[in-house]
Amino acid sequence: MNTLAVKDWLFRNSTILMLCVILLLFGAFFWWLNNPALEHLFIVTCITLIFVMGFQLFMGNSGILAWSYIGFVGIGAFVSAICSMTPQLKQMSVPIMYPWLQNIHMPLPLALLVGALFSALIAAIVVWPIMRLTGAVGVITHFALLIVINVLLVQWAQVTNGPRNFTVGMRPLVGFWTVLISALVIMVFVYFFKQSSLGLRLRASRDDRFSASTSGVNVVAVRYFAFIISCAIGAYGGGLMAHFIMDFTGHTFYMAEFFVILSMIVIGGPMSVSGVFFGLILVAAGRYGLRQFEPFMTGYGFNMTGTTEIILSILMILFLIWKPYGISGGKEFGLETIQGWLKPLKKGA
Amino acid sequence: MTLPVFLSFIVDTLGLGSQYALLALGLVVVYGIMGLVNFAYGEYIMVGCYVLYLIGLYANLPWPAAFALAIIAAALLGLLTEMIAFRPLRGRSLDALLVTSFAISVILQNVFLIGISPRYKSIPYPAFFDRRIDIFGVVTSLRSYIFIAVTLLLLIALTLLMKKTVLGMAMRAASENFVTARLMGVPANLVISSAFLISGLLAGVVAIFWTAKEGMVGPTSGVAPLLIAFIAVVIGGMHSLPGAVLGGYVYAFLTNALGLWLPPGLSPFREAFMFVLVILFLLLRPEGLIRGNYTEERVG
Repeated sequence: MNTLAVKDWLFRNSTILMLCVILLLFGAFFWWLNNPALEHLFIVTCITLIFVMGFQLFMGNSGILAWSYIGFVGIGAFVSAICSMTPQLKQMSVPIMYPWLQNIHMPLPLALLVGALFSALIAAIVVWPIMRLTGAVGVITHFALLIVINVLLVQWAQVTNGPRNFTVGMRPLVGFWTVLISALVIMVFVYFFKQSSLGLRLRASRDDRFSASTSGVNVVAVRYFAFIISCAIGAYGGGLMAHFIMDFTGHTFYMAEFFVILSMIVIGGPMSVSGVFFGLILVAAGRYGLRQFEPFMTGYGFNMTGTTEIILSILMILFLIWKPYGISGGKEFGLETIQGWLKPLKKGA
Repeated sequence: MTLPVFLSFIVDTLGLGSQYALLALGLVVVYGIMGLVNFAYGEYIMVGCYVLYLIGLYANLPWPAAFALAIIAAALLGLLTEMIAFRPLRGRSLDALLVTSFAISVILQNVFLIGISPRYKSIPYPAFFDRRIDIFGVVTSLRSYIFIAVTLLLLIALTLLMKKTVLGMAMRAASENFVTARLMGVPANLVISSAFLISGLLAGVVAIFWTAKEGMVGPTSGVAPLLIAFIAVVIGGMHSLPGAVLGGYVYAFLTNALGLWLPPGLSPFREAFMFVLVILFLLLRPEGLIRGNYTEERVG
């Protein structure tokens, strides 16, 4: 491999290099700040980045709005938590849990992996027929699947402690660097998935289903495999979330969380990995700012809890009306984009 | 099963089914014309309920006036969401419309969360609503019968509107094929606005009866009716108005039957059973019980 090829490769993939550098810089910055509250914010944002990337992998490349995704994230959270907790801890946290489930115990990294694989397995069993549906029927089916999963997570008391909180432990079991590196690896994976054979076929099926299938793409199969991968990523993120917030219910992984993911995707532009990344940064920063503002106003006698959601929703609608492909316009942000900005300057000179 | 139990099962199912039928109808009226699955539909119902609550709190109006105002408010809200949010997005992808309706639903929920209270508030209802009457040994509240009657009247009125008036014919043409209907001179704005108006109106009527049992309203009151409307629509058929009505009654029958026969240990999972049913329905018969015009729901 000569230097020219390396240079060319770097130029073509400048996007992902840049995103990694930005994420690492953010990480270093928050590490340097050494402020527990901001560190918490950063870790949650990184886990959300994993959720968003997993969702982008399927939605961005296939154009299908798969509501059920967040349900599979929830499955991953519960399964990995059940796997990693010691039997004694489970005895205390969920006394009515099935004994055979209570006896399972494995190290945390393995538990996270098992959570991801189990969720992917469930997806593999359930979603093949759903991938055949299209349009409104497909959307409602995904929605119905999400509700089925949610009812199971919230009501199956012998596994998930039902509507009561599921407590994993006292202190977070995953730290700053685990989450940051996971997020980095997954972002790189999602970026290269887009260029992979499966990714290309999936994008072809999004842009023109009929041309794709006449060119030999099995539309249902590519959607199916991509969705399983997407669920595995999301479920891994769910496992991280479970071992970080330590206390959750089935409702933690439901509409509210999905709404946040959706807003990041819509504002960033679903078709581009870098767009989604910047969408995440914008929304996370905006949400943090507004969350500071809410109690401030409440202090003056206005109860403003919920303002954040309203402003995010309005932003989403405005974006859908005026910039349907988000801030990225559906393209990846890279050296080429910067060159495009510089061109008019050079001409002027 | 004894006769009174059987009869009360029938009355219950009809009463519940009437609510579900109107719910489903309100969703399908819009879906048929612009292909929008309106997630904000539940919030039309919620707003109708809140209007009843506010009237009870601040203005001591007689109940017919209060009911009328609630229905008007819901209908206007339907119209307003169309004009502000959906009109600029017309012709965009299904997902864009859907995400917008989801965003509107979040906005409305949070507006009432901030504006009124996150807690549930009680709604005053006229006393005759809860009067229990006895017909052939079946003891049910009067409102079940009122609701069955109201639904029948509304269905007749809607049928007349759809079959006999120019507007109705234009709406039916638009849901058959929107582009062709426009080429024939059907004004798009009028048809779509009327669809949203009817949708909101039906939501307003449902709102009055929906909360009558518990008499409470909160910011998340719209979620349950929305889900039910989804199921009913899917069972009945996404493209057909009679299908929606049928779907509503079938769904009421199924929930009541499940409530009777499901072992008590499984009853928390009733909703899951219903949605599994929805999924099976969509997989096996995506066009619903009553098939509408040509549609393509399957990829392979």
